[in-house]
Amino acid sequence: MKVDLTVNGKDITADVEDRMLLVHFLRDVADLTATNVGCDTTSCGACTVLLDGESVKSCTVLAAQASGHQVTTVEGLAANGEMHPVQRAFHQEHGLQCGFCTPGMVMAIVSLLKENPDPTEEQVRQGLEGNLCRCTGYHNIVRAALAAASEGKVSA
Amino acid sequence: MIPSSFTYKRAGSAEEALDLAAEHGDDAKFLAGGHSLLPLMKLRLAAPEVIIDLGGLRDLSYVTDQGSYVAIGALTRHHDVEHSELLGREVPLLAHAAGRVGDPQIRHRGTIGGSIAHADPASDLPAVLLALDATLVARGADGAREIGMGEFFQGLFETALEPDELLTEIRVPKPASPGAWSFQKFTQRAIDWAIVGCAVQDGRVGLVNMGGTPLRAAAVEAALAGGASPADAAAHAAEGTSAADDIRATRAYREHLARVLVARALSEANSRP
Repeated sequence: MKVDLTVNGKDITADVEDRMLLVHFLRDVADLTATNVGCDTTSCGACTVLLDGESVKSCTVLAAQASGHQVTTVEGLAANGEMHPVQRAFHQEHGLQCGFCTPGMVMAIVSLLKENPDPTEEQVRQGLEGNLCRCTGYHNIVRAALAAASEGKVSA
Repeated sequence: MIPSSFTYKRAGSAEEALDLAAEHGDDAKFLAGGHSLLPLMKLRLAAPEVIIDLGGLRDLSYVTDQGSYVAIGALTRHHDVEHSELLGREVPLLAHAAGRVGDPQIRHRGTIGGSIAHADPASDLPAVLLALDATLVARGADGAREIGMGEFFQGLFETALEPDELLTEIRVPKPASPGAWSFQKFTQRAIDWAIVGCAVQDGRVGLVNMGGTPLRAAAVEAALAGGASPADAAAHAAEGTSAADDIRATRAYREHLARVLVARALSEANSRP
């Protein structure tokens, strides 16, 4: 079937199998391989992207369902060569170890801060319930989310 | 994991969805948010030949005040139920429980109607709506009909819906004492299905994952109605249940959890102003 998605602001039309998952569309058709397949069972959040601005697990969305909609991956966050505040905060706070969960973590936090720009630490931890870090590097990830939130407040 | 092949159809309206369902019969399944059905399809536990995507039916996403009850469109996402000011005020049990379904990503996609129609005994909202004594509205080729929550669940993943019927609305009566609620859920990790859960509202008790269907704890309710204390009533929580023995818990452990969680829930519901 023909699908037509806007990915990171760019229109992508392709003929795909009806059963193609969004994450495979992003990696294999759009050639955007930052979005990882982790558990493939809606548990780990490594494949988190934004669908119309909200976090979703792209292993549990069909490319067909996303047709006609906007998708943002971690590759779409930086603007004019400048990292997104959440990316910058991960860099500054060392919010990663092996890096596999990082793209999903970053996208989940972008969505979380959009809904709640000034979260408490507990709200950040609850907001990241859908993202697993198998290095268990959660402390710095939470610090990065809080740092990005406080940068948002300063620049707002 | 990739689902087996199917044909994808996107419905532009409820009428179109019903026409597609009539055309394809048992071979077709409705897809709402897809967060119950797609995982089963990826595991090849479900293999419908036709998927009818309801995601475009935005007119079935609403929460409105109807006086004695709150009407919720079947395509309303958990995220929107959780953040509904109306539900937060009139039916806080439902708003709270919707915010405990899965995780934020799942709540951005999953819908209240999808969760009920899927009829997984381990999901949260069916038991919550049993405790709220909700009524469901199903639309078919011959018009709409109402189904009480008590008659809806007929077996494991089986409901009173006909293959060519679409669940369109959930009607939740405003509780007599909106504060007399509690929702308890015991999981290994935050995002897991409940090993056991329970919802309490005004002395009605719904149980999660204590049998093949979501169910009311009738023995607890009868004890409460007979004047038993919450602690004494909760001792009956496992009566009439048929919890599974599985990788997460034994039946005996689930029965123990049901008694403990119902006791906590009754106590919490009684303590709210």
